[in-house]
Amino acid sequence: MSDTSDQLDALLSRIPYARYLGMRAELAGDEMTAILPFAPHLIGNPTLPAIHGGVLGAFMEMTALAQISIMQGLTRQPRPIDISVEYLRSARPLTTYARAEIRKIGRRIANVHVEAWQETRANPITLLRGHFLLSPKED
Amino acid sequence: MSNETDFPKPSERGSFDWSPHAQALGFEFVSSQKAWATLKLPFRDDLVGDPDSGVIAGGAVTALLDHVCGHAVMMAIDFMTPIATLDLRIDYMRAAEPGLGVFAEAHCYKVTRSIAFVRASAWDKDKNDPVATAQAAFMINSDSGRRGSGHPPEATSGQGAST
Repeated sequence: MSDTSDQLDALLSRIPYARYLGMRAELAGDEMTAILPFAPHLIGNPTLPAIHGGVLGAFMEMTALAQISIMQGLTRQPRPIDISVEYLRSARPLTTYARAEIRKIGRRIANVHVEAWQETRANPITLLRGHFLLSPKED
Repeated sequence: MSNETDFPKPSERGSFDWSPHAQALGFEFVSSQKAWATLKLPFRDDLVGDPDSGVIAGGAVTALLDHVCGHAVMMAIDFMTPIATLDLRIDYMRAAEPGLGVFAEAHCYKVTRSIAFVRASAWDKDKNDPVATAQAAFMINSDSGRRGSGHPPEATSGQGAST
């Protein structure tokens, strides 16, 4: 399993935009938790202050991509087809966590739901539903 | 209407100059008018999503679309009040060309007392060949009752592109 964990680190560290956001991930078996530590450049509205909604969309999108990659054997990156993000609470300047659940994975398309939370897992701050196009395996 | 003076008008640049993440991503202001806004996300190596292709990350386009939609809402309601994204749907038509920045234009086509509805699209070279389109809903005066910011003026609805 640590092999997968190393591969996951390698996958995320190879994505410049994931590095830019400061995103990382931890694996417990096949369950991945993505982690986005707070940083000042993630703020969208400084008067509240709140993390930018686009940051959360991007973070959850990459959580979904990483989870699919784990299931697919970490070949080429899947590509988003459509995503729908629901904002339930404003994101405070705290560490944000996310977990992705693959609802259906076929030969070409994966349907993924993601939940992001901060202090309390039971009170998610944002949800994402999306379809992703799978890349054919490179043998 | 009569209390318009209670609410400073937003800059035509929206939250462009004071949103740290907009600054950090390097958004460039292109234009705005009543209920419309256009921004550009210049290409940068650290915003790449797939190192094999050198294409700008879908997530960076997501942030751009979210931001330009909020900007269009501010241009439509014409008074300063907190707004919050309720939902944002994005369809990705194709990957942007490697090495190219992305433009995004948003139109806030309907404002009710508490909600604003927005459509947006993003493109790299040709506006008629979008890389992504978006549909969003925003809550207006999103911290009403929590921070005592009062109520927005009435009669903010029906302010579309025609005004």
